[in-house]
Amino acid sequence: MMLRPATVFAILVGLGLWLPLVQFKPNRIAAGEGIRLDQALAGGPVIALAVLGLLVLSCIWRMPDRMRIVLALAGMAGSLVVLGHAARSLSVEAGNLARLAPASGFWLMLLGFSLMLADGVARLGPSLPARWLILGLVLVAGFGILASGMLDQISVMREYATRRAAFLHEAKRHLQLAFGSLGLALLVGLPLGTGIYMMRRLRGPVLAALNILQTIPSLALFGIMLPLLAWLAATLPAAGRWGVSGIGAFPALIALFLYALLPVVSNTLSGLETVPRATREAAVGLGMTRWQVLGQVLIPLALPSLIAALRIVLVQNIGLAVIAGLIGGGGFGTFVFQGLNQMAMDLVLLGTLPTIALALLAGIVLDLLIEHVARGRP
Amino acid sequence: MIELQDLTRMFDGQPVVRDVSLTVEAGEIVTLVGTSGSGKTTLIRMINRLVEPSSGRVLIEGLDAASLPVHQLRRRIGYAIQGIGLFPHRSVAQNIATVPRLLGWPRARIEDRTDELLELFQLDPARFRDRMPHQLSGGQAQRVGTARALAARPDLLLLDEPFGALDPIIRAQAQTDLRAVQRRLGTTMILVTHDIDEAVLLGDRIAVMDAGRIVQYDRVARILAHPETDFVRAMTGGPEGVFRLLSLVAAAEIAEPGEAPGPPVDAATNLREVLSLCLSSGREALPLRSGGRVTLAAIRALAGRGGQ
Amino acid sequence: MRAGRFLPGLAALFLLVFLLTPDSFAFLFRPLTRNNAPAIYHQTALLRLTVSHLSIVAIAVIASGLVGIVLGILVTRPRGREFLPLARSVTAIGQTFPPVAVLALAVPVMGFGTAPTLVALFLYGLLPVFENTLAGLTDQPAEILEAARGMGLTPLQRLWHVELPLALPLIISGIRLTAVISLGTATIGSTVAAPTLGEVIIAGLLSSNTAYVAQGGLVVSILAVLIHHGLSAAETNAARAAGRVG
Ligand SMILES: Nc1ncnc2c1ncn2[C@@H]1O[C@H](COP(=O)(O)OP(=O)(O)OP(=O)(O)O)[C@@H](O)[C@H]1O
Ligand SMILES: [Mg+2]
Repeated sequence: MMLRPATVFAILVGLGLWLPLVQFKPNRIAAGEGIRLDQALAGGPVIALAVLGLLVLSCIWRMPDRMRIVLALAGMAGSLVVLGHAARSLSVEAGNLARLAPASGFWLMLLGFSLMLADGVARLGPSLPARWLILGLVLVAGFGILASGMLDQISVMREYATRRAAFLHEAKRHLQLAFGSLGLALLVGLPLGTGIYMMRRLRGPVLAALNILQTIPSLALFGIMLPLLAWLAATLPAAGRWGVSGIGAFPALIALFLYALLPVVSNTLSGLETVPRATREAAVGLGMTRWQVLGQVLIPLALPSLIAALRIVLVQNIGLAVIAGLIGGGGFGTFVFQGLNQMAMDLVLLGTLPTIALALLAGIVLDLLIEHVARGRP
Repeated sequence: MIELQDLTRMFDGQPVVRDVSLTVEAGEIVTLVGTSGSGKTTLIRMINRLVEPSSGRVLIEGLDAASLPVHQLRRRIGYAIQGIGLFPHRSVAQNIATVPRLLGWPRARIEDRTDELLELFQLDPARFRDRMPHQLSGGQAQRVGTARALAARPDLLLLDEPFGALDPIIRAQAQTDLRAVQRRLGTTMILVTHDIDEAVLLGDRIAVMDAGRIVQYDRVARILAHPETDFVRAMTGGPEGVFRLLSLVAAAEIAEPGEAPGPPVDAATNLREVLSLCLSSGREALPLRSGGRVTLAAIRALAGRGGQ
Repeated sequence: MRAGRFLPGLAALFLLVFLLTPDSFAFLFRPLTRNNAPAIYHQTALLRLTVSHLSIVAIAVIASGLVGIVLGILVTRPRGREFLPLARSVTAIGQTFPPVAVLALAVPVMGFGTAPTLVALFLYGLLPVFENTLAGLTDQPAEILEAARGMGLTPLQRLWHVELPLALPLIISGIRLTAVISLGTATIGSTVAAPTLGEVIIAGLLSSNTAYVAQGGLVVSILAVLIHHGLSAAETNAARAAGRVG
């Protein structure tokens, strides 16, 4: 028989059912013990069998894509609900010190169902509104499950509960870093990209400089910013008044900004270069001023490329902003590196999971926007 | 009236257009013919200053083109470009409305003008107004391009090989349309082409260009009958030359009293067509609808005299 | 432009001399230190860190290169076509995963050290290679494949003699992307105790010694530029062989 995607999903989820669903530790430092779904819940074996049955069915019978999408969504939600229930019933037995973390089985199930969702959506090719709808549905369901308290016994959520204020603060900081640097990069990169489009001889040097900037490892770039900006703030009092400083979030912001420049500049350039010569000359010939040509013809035509740059930069910066945690710049990275230092993996998860979710969300939303813009064009 | 005075343009030290002087009367079509690379595009681009002259002047209604801000000058001169250049992100109506919008016309006037032009170019406004350029055929896109150039009632329309990319049948249609539109609007036009037949069909006068110079500038009939240089002769003559001459003369001009067999033709039909009809139907003469007839012998005699 | 040709060679030479006798360059980094802190990192020899940094990256890139290419080939064969839509969306989505997060998530599973770094680099590097292999193998002119089939080439011969050579430039550019990203990301591996040049940078961050940060960053940057340069040249050669460049 030929291997089909459905079979792969079934194997992943099946493996997930067979591996431990939660990892149980009597306390924070004790060694963990994996607990399977059928051991964790009274109804566990029944649920596992039912899911297995559905999976086998999905391998034999070629389900319609719509149905597969629904099944995948239900599976993702179901995995979370089952995880929460298992954790709750286990914690009742074990008391308050016990730590319950999602284990390999849970992650595999989640992976299997998300792949099923991705496959279903890719195959069905739903309309744009339908895709927004699916995204909205996933978001609402996700937040609903988190808000319902169902997962409160999971260790990451317990870390969250004890650090709610810090979490919200770092979340805000993370967003400020990612969007702030994006804004700066657009502010500088769009004119720069347009400038080197018009002044051909500057292209080589500018792009070479930005390329070299890109090769500096993020860790080093962040690190260099600290003394550099401290020195700048010390030697130029005016700069200090503008908020330039060698500590806090500012160095991280500048480092992220520098990384974002290349994608913005090069995409601006390549977007403008796709405008046909005849179109540009027609605009000039009809009597548009330089700025009218730019604003009414060149930029609208380069827009898809500009939004693509937005996607690259935003996704990249949401991820890279984690490094800020290492140099005291705040953001989710704070939890990640604290966690790595203390070998507290729950804390690491508290930093990484929202980062991944944010990056995914940004990527998907901007992909949808790109499709909106690309519509109705040749 | 448009006057070009001693226009010269150098590129990389080489003159591409040299000492061109030319007067275009208001309401006329001047066609500019010449081989590829002879400087036609450069010459007309100096009129709307897409290329700045190295020396010389352009006067429009007596006003020096160099004295106007360049974008204002261009808004008064329509320009339909080699390769059309419609804005791919704007609908047909928005494309046509480009210059009126730049000039700040009121919306209602712009809409009226757009529809008027679409109709003039035989494009049903209801069907075409909101189409995007990529939804047009080549011929339709070309007509929209010309309509866009005419939108703000320019004093002058520059057309750079407007029909270059069209197939022969659509091209003939587009040429007739353009001629009709020009008759209606009375716009002065300078049209670049390397097709001598197109130049003859559309032009009131022809300017023949070679290696950056205008080698002859004259009324169409005179150019055909009296080429002044070998180059012009090679350009206009050849085995087809006599047919071009005949195409300029209406049947009525050599009509004689008498009868002829077969279906009659209009008095305005040109002699080239009359000749073709005679040969294909095997007749020695054709009757005119308005009375009288045209004979093969008369056509032959006229051709022998060089069209005079 | 003549100078540009010698630049990579000069950079390589400089790097080599610096790694062999780092102390002779102390004067360069001295101005970046404060309070008489050492200018050159000595806890581990820079050369050793560079070698292990490069080995980690090389192992990860070769592994993800091989797996990525094989997966790309499988997914574009008639029997694997079923997986194509999935493959496309997985690469698109997968690339939004931040490399740092992948690294951090590997730790609970693999513990500290080289292993999580290798796994994170491998997983993250898979995507560019796979994506480019896919693009290279699917964007081929239909008439060429048609012609190859018409000449009686077997599917395997078509793959080997036609499809892969045509796709090679794109595949190499995927590997280049992977290699350059991995080179930088590997430094973060030192936060989970992998022996990479990140160790130097992190030591600098912890002791506020900018000289360390700068020399760690410098070595990695030069490596990245050299690898970028080398693989770009390979890409141009492949493109020329595929008849894409004059
Ligand atoms: N911007 C420029 N820089 C340098 N040389 C130019 C430039 N524009 C035109 N030329 C040169 O000037 C000469 C005339 O060009 P032009 O475009 O006016 O010719 P043309 O008669 O319109 O030709 P075609 O019929 O092919 O359109 C050509 O040799 C061309 O290479
Ligand atoms: Mg031309």
